[in-house]
Amino acid sequence: MILVTLIAVLFIGGLTCWLSERINPDLPRLVALVTVLLDFALMFGLPSADINSPWVAVFEASWIPRFGISVYLAADGLSVLLLMLTAFLGVIAIGAAWDEVKERTGFFYFNLMWTLAGVVGVFTALDLFLFFFFWEVMLIPMYLIIAIWGHENKNYAAMKFFIFTQVTGMMMLVSILILAYFHYLQHGSLSFNYHDLLNVSITGEMGMWVMLGFFVSFSTKLPSMPFHSWLPDAHSQAPTAGSVILAGILLKTGAYGLIRFAVPLFPEASMNFAPIAMTLAAVSILYCAKVAFAQNDIKRLIAYTSVSHMGFVTLGIYAWNEQALQGAVMTMLAHGLSAAALFMLAGGLQHRIHTRNMPDMGGFWPRVPKMTAVAIFFSVAALGMPGLGNFIGEFLALIGAFQANVKMTVVAAFGLILASVYSLWVLQKVFQGEYNNKSFDESHLTDLSRREMVYFSAMMLGLVWMGLYPQTFLSMSEPVLAQLLSDTAQVTLTSLNGEL
Amino acid sequence: MTITVADLFLILPLLLLTCTAVVAMSAISISRNYVATIGIVVAGLLLSAVSAAMLMEEADRQVTPLLVADPYSLFFTIVICLSAAFIAILSYPFLEGLDDDREEYFLLLSVATVGAVVLVSSNHFVSTLLGLETLSMSLYGMVAYTVHSPKSDKYPLEASVKYLVLSAAASGFLLFGMALVYGQTGTLGFVSLIDLPETAMHSLGSGFSTIGLLLITAGLAFKLSLAPFHMWTPDVYEGSPLPATAYLATIGKAAVFVVLLRFMEVTEALSLTGTLTVLSLLAVISILVGNLLALLQQNVKRLLAYSSISHMGYLLIAVVASYHVEGRIGIEAISFYLVAYVIMSLGAFAVTSMVSSSDKEHDTIDDYKGLFWRQPILAAVFTAMMLSLAGIPLTVGFIGKFYLFFAGVEAALWPLLAALIAGSGIGLYYYLRIIYRMIEPAPDKDDTFVGVPLFSGSYGVIICLFLLLLGLGVYPAPIINLIVAISVYV
Repeated sequence: MILVTLIAVLFIGGLTCWLSERINPDLPRLVALVTVLLDFALMFGLPSADINSPWVAVFEASWIPRFGISVYLAADGLSVLLLMLTAFLGVIAIGAAWDEVKERTGFFYFNLMWTLAGVVGVFTALDLFLFFFFWEVMLIPMYLIIAIWGHENKNYAAMKFFIFTQVTGMMMLVSILILAYFHYLQHGSLSFNYHDLLNVSITGEMGMWVMLGFFVSFSTKLPSMPFHSWLPDAHSQAPTAGSVILAGILLKTGAYGLIRFAVPLFPEASMNFAPIAMTLAAVSILYCAKVAFAQNDIKRLIAYTSVSHMGFVTLGIYAWNEQALQGAVMTMLAHGLSAAALFMLAGGLQHRIHTRNMPDMGGFWPRVPKMTAVAIFFSVAALGMPGLGNFIGEFLALIGAFQANVKMTVVAAFGLILASVYSLWVLQKVFQGEYNNKSFDESHLTDLSRREMVYFSAMMLGLVWMGLYPQTFLSMSEPVLAQLLSDTAQVTLTSLNGEL
Repeated sequence: MTITVADLFLILPLLLLTCTAVVAMSAISISRNYVATIGIVVAGLLLSAVSAAMLMEEADRQVTPLLVADPYSLFFTIVICLSAAFIAILSYPFLEGLDDDREEYFLLLSVATVGAVVLVSSNHFVSTLLGLETLSMSLYGMVAYTVHSPKSDKYPLEASVKYLVLSAAASGFLLFGMALVYGQTGTLGFVSLIDLPETAMHSLGSGFSTIGLLLITAGLAFKLSLAPFHMWTPDVYEGSPLPATAYLATIGKAAVFVVLLRFMEVTEALSLTGTLTVLSLLAVISILVGNLLALLQQNVKRLLAYSSISHMGYLLIAVVASYHVEGRIGIEAISFYLVAYVIMSLGAFAVTSMVSSSDKEHDTIDDYKGLFWRQPILAAVFTAMMLSLAGIPLTVGFIGKFYLFFAGVEAALWPLLAALIAGSGIGLYYYLRIIYRMIEPAPDKDDTFVGVPLFSGSYGVIICLFLLLLGLGVYPAPIINLIVAISVYV
């Protein structure tokens, strides 16, 4: 029941935000903050997992009996980690929007809340129809956030975002339906229940096609080459809060989908597909790092680095061993914080000087020392400095991947070098150098406010925690991943033996 | 065959509708009163919907050779009567300013509804043709209704004549096809074309049935505006007064689809060589033509016309699927999608007609710029309808599309499913274009929608449709159960 409450609080909070605008345009942000904090607090009330079952807080109710569809929500350690990330970044996003969004505040926070509700649904739904339902529900408000509060080319970006995710989403829907139908053929009843569908075996070419339906949808969201081209547009046009949600949370739903659904449901097809997926991941890492380096628009640059970093997640997932998966999960969490922070910095800069064009910037260090310090911290985090969360994630992912596919891991590891190149390049372009001949109105170039420092400090704390004592997080996801691995172990073994 | 009172009782909805038309006509001839006429018509429509709902439990019988009263026909009788009542309410503010006699429009509307109800209760060629012609004849009048008004915004005469001529040609096809099939089976009732009785004239060869079937399909495809029989649709949609367009687009399509479905099921026409290929081709062409041409439209009515062409194509996928699957999933999918389609198209046209009147129709996409900030309720409803047409969750359109996908997957129709995905993907673009236009900032100098009287009854209608859209989209179990129960009667 608590999971239903988590989702309902956000839905209702969103409506309240919208209505409260009539009283006072400043009220919606307060309502939103209270809503998300309430949700965050509720998440701490989630019972911890016991030994018998990794699933906590299960809720099940019949929904559409004709198709064997139920409202089946459940959370395990992995979900809880991602739920916490969602609520945390939800608060941060509200902070990012606090001063930036001045128009139609009620509707803005309504959309923000509903996106979060959709994400919470995605992370907890264990009925595949319900999962797809939430998967799509989070799209529309995100579309509206980009299309209404975005920047100069918002229509194009919002449309592209929507069409990419929706069309690939329909491919996943077909895959889900085929899976449910196979359950009907093999077990005599229709079911969209995750646990039931795990027992369905679809082999051969059919299995590969059905798996690809999931893979394409998830890797579009992730995103991975070659489905990534919506992301730079969406990010550069979205308002800061939108970028935070998009980079911090929405991308993680793709990775979550791969871990929870794509691989466990089709272990055999996934094992056969793994070399291709890992190649795509390695190409994503290197290619997008290279493209990032060529950008002038600071938000586009960060967007491409996101694609690059998410490549490590794909790499880790398709290596499919414990270290690699742990690495993927850690990367998801750490990248959620570091990318969100970088987008907030870029958004903060744009808010101050009304440009995202890096050649116009330079020499900001003396003007905004605090902001520079924060930027250095998060750039260094993103490039994988030991002691911070991203390092743990990418390191584990690489160690794990090395056991599965040496060649691709070696190639992917070069991504770490490129990451330092572009991260330091940004710092150099924006904060170092001479400060002269500025073509923008510099009167608003002020340092970080106290409120902004609070948000950034919270995120820094999170990254340091992940970097210095990752065990807190690893031990939450460990039983889940172990269970997934043991479920699929049989297939992995047979397919390995087959190859030998 | 004698007709008993019990028989007549089963076609009570139809009788009530006929009475409504007669009573309304008498009332007009005694004294013209706009409000009273609408009152009579709406009351009659609601009454027959209620009577159909009450009969649904017991009815399962042929009443005269022409009509069948079973839960399936009664279910669609309810759908049609309610939609017609909604359209009548929407017509009230739309025609209020017309400088011509306004009352007969509602007469035509109730007669058209009689035709539609006959169609959904038909399993006989004669009643099919009677229903179809009653429906079409009234629609010619409704489409051309504003023709004498000098202030009329559109080209109702052009639309009406175009519809009349092409529709008559289509009826010709239909009649000839029926004659050929009759030549084969020796009866005008719908009977199986596969297991012909010994008495039937085998000597004609199965070619006759096939050609007859193709002609019937072509005739019905015209009425459903399936590509390549769709040419009239955008022009007629654009030229008609909005409530008439709404009628044409919703009831006009749903009733014909029901009769097509019954015909295909009872005659087992799908088993004949070539039928499936023809239907699949029609489906794919309609989906592609409808969606691609909709991309180019600047006029909301034309856009909805092309989108309706593609939606009819989606529905044909389920018809093809119904041949391949064992259970009734194809029929269920069609029935559900028809209900969904009626709700969402009616909602879209309702909003368009609310911001328009007979002397000024706001039907270009640019008219809707900033609607979200000027008329939030209208814009929210319109957005929901667009999202539903695009098949996005939380709306009934999503469940409908889910049903279609499921039928397609069960029948393993991969190429058709690919067309469905591609079509929906293209569709997103133009639906989102309208939504984007509505959320843009309103123009500074803003004289659109000023002075448009917003009738509270119309608000009631769109709120009703909106709630149905969301209600059936979030909790569709009750209506799915109902549709599962009635689908066995087809």
